[in-house]
Amino acid sequence: MTPSAGTPTDVRLYRPRISTWWWTRKRTYFLFVMRELSSIFVAWFVVYLLLVVYAVGQSEAAYERFLDWAASPWVIALNVVALVFVLLHTVTWFALTPQAMAVRVMGQKVPSFHIIAGQYTGLVVVSGFVLWLVTR
Amino acid sequence: MSRRRVEPLVWLMFSAGGVLASVFLPILVLLFGLAFPLGWIDPPGYDHLRAVVGHPLTFVVLLGLFVLMLVHSAHRFRYTLYDGLQIKKKRTVAVLCYGAAIVGSVAAVAVLWGAA
Repeated sequence: MTPSAGTPTDVRLYRPRISTWWWTRKRTYFLFVMRELSSIFVAWFVVYLLLVVYAVGQSEAAYERFLDWAASPWVIALNVVALVFVLLHTVTWFALTPQAMAVRVMGQKVPSFHIIAGQYTGLVVVSGFVLWLVTR
Repeated sequence: MSRRRVEPLVWLMFSAGGVLASVFLPILVLLFGLAFPLGWIDPPGYDHLRAVVGHPLTFVVLLGLFVLMLVHSAHRFRYTLYDGLQIKKKRTVAVLCYGAAIVGSVAAVAVLWGAA
């Protein structure tokens, strides 16, 4: 901001203090913050997968111990919450992609619907592959 | 490296990690977080899982997956703290978030290397 002629140079801006809970007042704000908080659960599951890999790298007994630990109520509860947040991330990420990226084929803009459908196809293919790889 | 050079790289890694998390995590959480521990599906046998984890291709894929998802998570959480909680110490927040992602990435290399 540049002060106009005649005003003192030490202009102080009025910045009202916004409540920490601003995002609880509207559904769209709430969903926005929930979407952003999915980052915590993405990080949690990277740690969890590292524990899986670590146990498998140790011994069969360590792997069995890991599965027992993973079946304890609090870990299951945490992973149920993690699944909800991860799904929220997936759905919102897919929905936002056409807005973040304009895909053109032969000069024509690809409709959002096709981009979103393409991503769900990718999700199904990857899920099928992971399921096949670990359970075959 | 200057801030101007790092920022686009972080955004690129954020996007890549976001795409990977959106397609890989739902099935991984469902299987390893719930279905296997609860016995909905028989957990994979030890020898099979050991063979999968020990494969060089799995090492590369998992390392890429873990590092990019950690950067994605750190970047997003950084902005959650700025906007959601309106934390003013922006530099400290950035250092802590990316620092955690770097520590996690080093741990990922160590764990994957140890299991390979």
